Amino acid sequence: MTKKKEGKKIVFQSEKEMPMMAMSLGSMLYNKTGSWRNIRPEIKTEACIRCGLCWKFCPDTAIEIEDELPVVDYDYCKGCGICAAECPAGCIVMVEERR
Amino acid sequence: MKKVLMGNHALSFGAMLSRSQVIAAYPITPQTQVVELLSEMCADGTLDARFIKVESEHSAMAACIGASIAGARTFTATSAQGLALMHELLHWASGGRLPIVMGNINRAMAPGWSIWSDQNDSLSQRDTGWMQFYCSSNQEVLDTVIQAFKVSEKLSIPSMVILDAFSLSHTYEVVNIPDQADVDAYLPPFDPLYRLTPDDPHAFNGLTSPEHYFELRYKLERDMEKAPALIEETGREYERQFGRYLGLADNYLCEDADVVLVTSGTAGSTARVAVDDLRKSGVRVGNLRIKVFRPFPFDTVRRILKNKKKVAVVDRNISYGHHGIFAQEVKSALYGQGEGTTVFGYVCGLGGRDITPQTFREIVDYARTHEAPEEGILWIGVKR
Amino acid sequence: MKKDKKMTLTLPVEEYIGAGNLACQGCGANLALRYVLKALGPKTVLCIPACCWAIIDGPFPQSCASVPIFHCAFEAAASTAAGVKAGLEMVGDHETTVVAWAGDGGTFDIGLQALSAAAERNDDILYVCYDNEAYMNTGIQRSSATPFGAWTTTTPVKFFKDRPKKDIDAIMAAHRIPYQATGSIAFPEDVFKKAKKAKETRGTKFLHILAPCPTGWKSRPEDSVKLARLAVQTGLFPLFEVENGEKYTLNVKVKDKKPIAEYLRLQGRFRHLTPDQIQAIQEDVDRNWARALKKFEAS
Repeated sequence: MTKKKEGKKIVFQSEKEMPMMAMSLGSMLYNKTGSWRNIRPEIKTEACIRCGLCWKFCPDTAIEIEDELPVVDYDYCKGCGICAAECPAGCIVMVEERR
Repeated sequence: MKKVLMGNHALSFGAMLSRSQVIAAYPITPQTQVVELLSEMCADGTLDARFIKVESEHSAMAACIGASIAGARTFTATSAQGLALMHELLHWASGGRLPIVMGNINRAMAPGWSIWSDQNDSLSQRDTGWMQFYCSSNQEVLDTVIQAFKVSEKLSIPSMVILDAFSLSHTYEVVNIPDQADVDAYLPPFDPLYRLTPDDPHAFNGLTSPEHYFELRYKLERDMEKAPALIEETGREYERQFGRYLGLADNYLCEDADVVLVTSGTAGSTARVAVDDLRKSGVRVGNLRIKVFRPFPFDTVRRILKNKKKVAVVDRNISYGHHGIFAQEVKSALYGQGEGTTVFGYVCGLGGRDITPQTFREIVDYARTHEAPEEGILWIGVKR
Repeated sequence: MKKDKKMTLTLPVEEYIGAGNLACQGCGANLALRYVLKALGPKTVLCIPACCWAIIDGPFPQSCASVPIFHCAFEAAASTAAGVKAGLEMVGDHETTVVAWAGDGGTFDIGLQALSAAAERNDDILYVCYDNEAYMNTGIQRSSATPFGAWTTTTPVKFFKDRPKKDIDAIMAAHRIPYQATGSIAFPEDVFKKAKKAKETRGTKFLHILAPCPTGWKSRPEDSVKLARLAVQTGLFPLFEVENGEKYTLNVKVKDKKPIAEYLRLQGRFRHLTPDQIQAIQEDVDRNWARALKKFEAS
């Protein structure tokens, strides 16, 4: 389901390159919101019961399912902690972000 | 086909013949007949359009904006308080580059309540980025709506077609109504470059930082500057097909005039009567009736007025703390164009006070007997 | 054995809002839109007035959504959506769902007139109010959706909000629209089902979704789903549907209501409340719940 997400920040050199009204031309993927984190989720996959709640409750679609397991996309995870709070198996732990 | 129509109905016919697809409007005197007739036309199938019976003029413009970005040709009509209520969204339509056409009946702004003719309502909106067309006959109204759609859709800039309250909106005149097939040949279906559609998803009007906003507005202005030439070009095309030319302004006997009146709306057609009258007694006077106020027809105004000794601008409006608005704009157009032209700025007719041939005789008389105006505003008809 | 177990996903996998968006950590509004769009699918257009989502989507020339969005004026969401729907139909598109996606400010307050008018005309639009209970986008000022007792910047602690939350659901029911429902981000399948039902219904549909806001509620980002759940479990925000303003259906039956203090305690915006004030709120919740139950039983 995942490949590394990529996005480009669009920059205009001249008005000639711009549409005549404010109209989007690209995604927000260039904006790596992972830099907002103070804490990051770490998933103990051996304890995962495959309930899907972490994927379901992530406000930023930063948890994806790969090979029947949740995988955090750390480029975008904002570290809100909802996944850890909602996990019924308690297998997600929020740890201090290392910089 | 010739019909006797009131000005409001000429607007309705214009919108109908232009195959407007979505109409959202709210009643206000003296506009009501515009939308009443359009409502009937939608109901009996004469016009294939959705008529949204909105609860306010702000919602009327919002609905038009929504319909326009969805790709439909849209029309609405209003006046005074209603136009003022739409103000925020007038910016939205022009900045959003949506070619909405709107009829506006020039009516005095409250308070006190007034339903009579006055230009402050539309002129208060002169900076919103809408084109403004001032009409003085019902034929002109119908023809202007059709041409406004064509010009608006080419430039992606909305237009207002403006009529005086009662003296045009409710006055019956013979109007030549073109055949639908001929109008279809002149005005093709609306085919916008960008639309709101899942087939090509975009987000429109998002947060625009100082890094981009300036260029978007620059583009709007540059496109607006193409309008005078485009209006003349589409006007000539209209003339070839229907035999009537509108253009940017009506030049009546200005060439050899000592005093040139500058007028707009129905005052402009009354001025013609006064000009004829005065010419009979040997006074060399002419009338320049400005039809397109936005974009301001700089070239036309300069060409006709540049070497005139005296110009008498007649405003049925006023910008408080300054002068009449057409007077300001004419003066600014003549700036740097050579010396020798004296502009007399007259304010009359506010709140529907009648403007008669006698008004113009007074105006011309003053101009002829004074080297320069004694005041910034020359008030005509005020009981001082 | 665990390796053979499949992931249980109760919602379709397809996403319509992407990462890189500008929402705060733990944003309830994101979850609300995520679930609604999963139900509506790609043939959807959103009319978004001034609100958090006007910013969350991202600045020109980028957007995090894969459905078209038209950002419109604050008070005009319902009218703009009505216009979009009429326009789309006139150009031959009768399929695309037109959604007005507004916050509580643009729904309960400045946008109420336009919403009422659209509902009265029964315009074929889906109006979704994601309710974070204040003008959050402009920095947490009170709206008529702000609950009794809450701190906001315009209802500071000394003068906390002393009027009850406006009952928008009763207002919409009075318009007798074909379908309306309440939702909570803690119950995604319920939101999904309701959005799907709205999609299949013709006429004006109204969804009122509670969307906790850590920034404005002064709660921990990780508590957003928990708060949305507690709001339902305390009877404060019942999950129900109404058809034609008459037929009420309770979707989540709450047997033993949790005490409201459990909900209030997790939010800094209620921290100043005295035990007496909390008790008054509890009594209010009880009264409203009892009254609501009568409506559900009568249907």
